[in-house]
Amino acid sequence: MRPILLKGHERPLTFLKYNRDGDLLFSCAKDHNPTVWYSHNGDRLGTYRGHNGAVWCCDVSRHTERLITGSADQSANIWDVETGAKLHTFGFESPARAVDFAEGDKLCVISTDPFIGAPSEIHVKRVEKDHSKQSSESLFVIKGPTGRINRAVWGPLNKTIISAGEDCLVRMWDAETGKLIKQSDPDAGHQKVVSSLAKSADGSHFITGSHDKSAKLWDIRTLEVLKTYSTERPVNAAAISPLLDHVVIGGGQDASQVTMSDRRAGKFEAKFFHKIYEEEIGGVKGHFGPINALAFNTDGRSFSSGGEDGYVRIHHFDADYYHIKM
Amino acid sequence: MADIDVEEMPMAPHMLAPDMVVEPRVQVNIDWSQVDLDSIELPEGENFGILSDDDQEEEEILETNTGFGNVIVVDNLPVVAPEKHEKLENVIRKIFGQIGVIRERGLWMPREDGDGKTKGYAFIEYTTPQEAQTAIEQTNGYKLDKAHVFAVNMFDDFEKYMKVPDEWVPLEIKPYTPAENMLAWLTDDRGRDQFVIRFGSDTEVFWNDARQGKPDPVYHRSFWTESFVQWSPLGTYLATIHRQGAAVWGGAQTFNRLTRYIHPQVKLIDFSPGEKYMVTYSSHEPSNPRDTQRVALNIFDVRSGKVLRDFKGSADDFATGGTGGVAGVSWPVFRWAGGREDKYFARIGKNVISVYETETMSLLDRKSLKVDNVMEFMWSPTDPLLSLFVPEGGGGNQPARVSLISIPSREELRQKNLFSVSDCKMYWQSNGDYLAVKVDRYTKTKKSTYTGFELFRVKERDIPIEVLELENKNDKIVAFAWEPKGHRFAIIHGDGPRPDISIYSMRSPNNVGRVTKLTTLKAKQANALYWSPMGKYIVLAGLKAYNGQLEFYNVDELETMASGEHFMATDVDWDPTGRFVATSVTSVHQMENGFNIWSFNGKLLYRLPRDRFFQFLWRPRPPSLLSAEEEAEIAKNLRKYSKKYEVEDAEQSNINTAQDLEHRRKLMDDWKSWVSRWKQMYEEEKPYREDLRDGEPSDDDEDLETEEVEVEEIMKCEEEVISYGFEQVD
Repeated sequence: MRPILLKGHERPLTFLKYNRDGDLLFSCAKDHNPTVWYSHNGDRLGTYRGHNGAVWCCDVSRHTERLITGSADQSANIWDVETGAKLHTFGFESPARAVDFAEGDKLCVISTDPFIGAPSEIHVKRVEKDHSKQSSESLFVIKGPTGRINRAVWGPLNKTIISAGEDCLVRMWDAETGKLIKQSDPDAGHQKVVSSLAKSADGSHFITGSHDKSAKLWDIRTLEVLKTYSTERPVNAAAISPLLDHVVIGGGQDASQVTMSDRRAGKFEAKFFHKIYEEEIGGVKGHFGPINALAFNTDGRSFSSGGEDGYVRIHHFDADYYHIKM
Repeated sequence: MADIDVEEMPMAPHMLAPDMVVEPRVQVNIDWSQVDLDSIELPEGENFGILSDDDQEEEEILETNTGFGNVIVVDNLPVVAPEKHEKLENVIRKIFGQIGVIRERGLWMPREDGDGKTKGYAFIEYTTPQEAQTAIEQTNGYKLDKAHVFAVNMFDDFEKYMKVPDEWVPLEIKPYTPAENMLAWLTDDRGRDQFVIRFGSDTEVFWNDARQGKPDPVYHRSFWTESFVQWSPLGTYLATIHRQGAAVWGGAQTFNRLTRYIHPQVKLIDFSPGEKYMVTYSSHEPSNPRDTQRVALNIFDVRSGKVLRDFKGSADDFATGGTGGVAGVSWPVFRWAGGREDKYFARIGKNVISVYETETMSLLDRKSLKVDNVMEFMWSPTDPLLSLFVPEGGGGNQPARVSLISIPSREELRQKNLFSVSDCKMYWQSNGDYLAVKVDRYTKTKKSTYTGFELFRVKERDIPIEVLELENKNDKIVAFAWEPKGHRFAIIHGDGPRPDISIYSMRSPNNVGRVTKLTTLKAKQANALYWSPMGKYIVLAGLKAYNGQLEFYNVDELETMASGEHFMATDVDWDPTGRFVATSVTSVHQMENGFNIWSFNGKLLYRLPRDRFFQFLWRPRPPSLLSAEEEAEIAKNLRKYSKKYEVEDAEQSNINTAQDLEHRRKLMDDWKSWVSRWKQMYEEEKPYREDLRDGEPSDDDEDLETEEVEVEEIMKCEEEVISYGFEQVD
């Protein structure tokens, strides 16, 4: 089916997130306004105005009541999804990058970038149901990894926090004490910056994309690499299908070099791989620039991609897709 | 850490040398986990029998470089009394100082202890070994006067000659050990071909296994070469380049080192066509920046690794291209005469072509072939036959000319004078049957050039020449290529971004021996031509600016078999049998590095991406042992032979499918068992999860209630007074 083009952002996309029901799609971009769309027809519902910098990441609560966004304006905001009102702002000394609500939406994790000598950090905050009682205090702060932490997500039962970033390693932290439990084997893991991390629907495994031109599938409890998907270009985004045994990865050459070569040189396709056989299934072209964000709808019947070109494309799968023979 | 006396310390188990007798040791109460082994210092010079890995490679270099490489010894000097020392020293400085820079305190004349007379010899130290070498070449045998003829030697050589034992010892005859069959790779039961790729710091040899749809690894080695690898022309050896020289490796699987060729700083190598000889080249920066670069060339015997002849000189001496030719050395400096005999090789110089014989390694008939202003020459690929090009001379009074000269008779077989020529390029057909000369001529206004071809039928009586001009004279020639072993050639010509491709034949339908055009393909995105080594098929490739467009064309049928694209492709290579084509993207680009393998008719068989991809080289095959008639016979009965292979192919493909299925089933089973383990845990954790969500029960959406909501949206509401046909009367 023809993809739906969402023209709403003026700057490159950074992150896409479907809510649990799959009817809404939240998009973050380097312009300052996270936006929410109807996922079935691409109508824009509204924007969340209040950030004063690129927005890197967002997460939405289980019942689509709260939205949290991390921004380069050194803050993370909690929004009321329905009204678009800013409920709370967590201020930091450096840009906020990754955000993720814990199971039950009572906790959230926020990573911040290294900034003027300060190292990168992972903050864990309590999220109150009644936002008037919301405090900005961190329960604890994790320090240690060098370089940016591009993603931080909660592990099973909120017992662990998984983080990955510029130092190529995937780490597992104790979510109560903030101690390092485990880190990935440097040989088996990525060789370059890990740019993205996305959990499977049931949270049992997750996929990471890296500039080493590969994506890897990991066991969330053991940090064991289950699968590797190799491609020809740096990977910026990866997602796991909740319906079929597919993963989709996207990327392209560095944005700074895009104008220096042919449009196809970057191969700005979203590539589908068979999750278990690690074999390439096909590609979806369209973006005029590297793909920065990918997300599957929760029903697995559509996915969306966000590119450096500022567009979001929602692709609803054709009937053929469900009958791909491998 | 416990205070331990190192001398008495028992060694940790892993430090035991293999030949050590392990005696029952006195049990010392040391907790080894508490001992920091790195902090233990061993006594000076003690290694406990464990050799360091670092030293082994170094020894070989030391042999050639003792640090005295720039010191020479001058013998047969006059013996003079102390008062004349200074005078002699000045004379020596004058003679040797003009060759190179003598180091400060670099001249030393030993004297007798008693009367202070000189001993009749001197040591001179130059700043570079090259200067020392030149000094020996130029001053050895220099006559100072009748009684004093200099004998100049390298200091290093003295040591070498001193080592020669006084008595002759008969050579030890080594027992014969059968060498590996160097051609074993040709006997592959599946008839596959090998290729070598170089990427990153790795070099890897593969079988091209098209049936399996993937390459089959043969040999892999990191840091195998310091710059590039190169197959010998018949595929027997793989040559690697190192700081100390070149080396060749061979065999089907093992790639053992066979021979080394010592040539420090070697830059380029070249094999003779019969792979009997190897030419190596190096250039060295001069000590004085005003001088030109020094170059050194060695010709080795490939099998023994011995230097047969060396050439040294300044880069100017080896620069090609007549009087006003381009500066710099063009490779190969020495060009080998065609055929597997390796009888002659030649190089071009100012107004001469020097032809050497390999038998004596010296100039043929002790003199060079004198050709004024010669610009370019080429050997016939099969015969000792030279073609050469001389540009216009004497301000346009002497015409340019192309000549064919037979070696060793030096007889000019054919000559063609050409007028108002700007440039010429020669193309030999691979059997030496034809020679095409592309001639760029000035138009009358001399402002632009146009191109024509002179076609020599070399094997026919009197060597007839035919002139071919393009229909559109303004067309630029982008590429020209002969059909290997055939009579056809292809030209890409045109002026715009979509040039035309024309294919010609040297034969004509009724055998009048005239060149005929077979077809012209209009407006193609191509800038390079790649004929199959067996002829008949050609790949029309659009590399670089055309982004890797490929068209597989059948010249017998004059039809396109397939089109393809290997995005950003930089190289196209046919395998030596003409069955497969490799297209590769080398590291001139950052992205997409790697190679694709296609069948001859343009079906993509497999891809192999490799970062920092440098080289893809098919292993060449020696020429077929079958005669032309036997080959024709096989071609005639191809159907009969191919049946056998078709059956094999089918079997293999069945096996492949079975293996694939098996592999996939295993993957799927592994995955399923992993998932089931997870599921079990997931179920166990269910209550905890509910707890985290304040008792909200479900993980799934199953019990989600579907609620139908009817939404009524009023699009527009308008009230309008509608007038009737008749007015109401009040």
